Amino acid sequence: MQESSVRNIQILYFARVKEKLNYSIEPLSLPESIHTISDLKRLLAQRGESWSEIFSADKQIRAAVNHELVSDEYLIQDKDEVGFFPPVSGG
Amino acid sequence: MIKVDIQTQDFDISIELAWMRQATDNCGAIASFVGLVRGKDASNIVDFIELEHYPVMAEKSITHMAEMAMQRWPLTAVRVIHRVGRLPAGAQIVLVLTASEHRKAAFAACEFVMDYLKAEAPFWKKEILPAGEHWVEAKASDELAKQAWLIE
Repeated sequence: MQESSVRNIQILYFARVKEKLNYSIEPLSLPESIHTISDLKRLLAQRGESWSEIFSADKQIRAAVNHELVSDEYLIQDKDEVGFFPPVSGG
Repeated sequence: MIKVDIQTQDFDISIELAWMRQATDNCGAIASFVGLVRGKDASNIVDFIELEHYPVMAEKSITHMAEMAMQRWPLTAVRVIHRVGRLPAGAQIVLVLTASEHRKAAFAACEFVMDYLKAEAPFWKKEILPAGEHWVEAKASDELAKQAWLIE
């Protein structure tokens, strides 16, 4: 593997996503086939039933990268912080 | 001037108003909004709520909303405090203060910041009821209120 293709990211989960997965934060070394947020969701959805419910069935889950909302087409970079969460309900 | 805080402790609006008055030059109007924990949601009694947030992103997104408001209206200051953690019914959740030379800009900007905050700032509420707990769903009306500012 070329050095340029190494992408180590941090994933954070919030609110009902965090509770359902029982995960709040994890480091992940991205496989070469994973490029976009959409690819990452597909990868995470394979981990089991709760993961599939969140990352495949639930179309409302939002993603942020380095604290900015992004679309599913965003190209993930090395050292990105990716946050997954449901629609917000503060205020 | 923009000042944003995310905190667990309560806030005192009179202290924040005093800060706005000394922080701004030629301020003629300050509009304020305070959001509270309702003791009832539909027919359910709410004992308290738990507010979770995405640290760093929450501060950044609210600061960005305040910057947008300052570009849109002639404001002299925006102050936002959002509390997190466990809050009982009746507690203060959020404060938005907007200062300007004249009232119309202050009123409009205060509503603008709150509408954006409700639709985009990464906070999540969980209601704790006598019968159990549940996450509060996002409201479509909050997204529409934010979008209305895009076409004005």
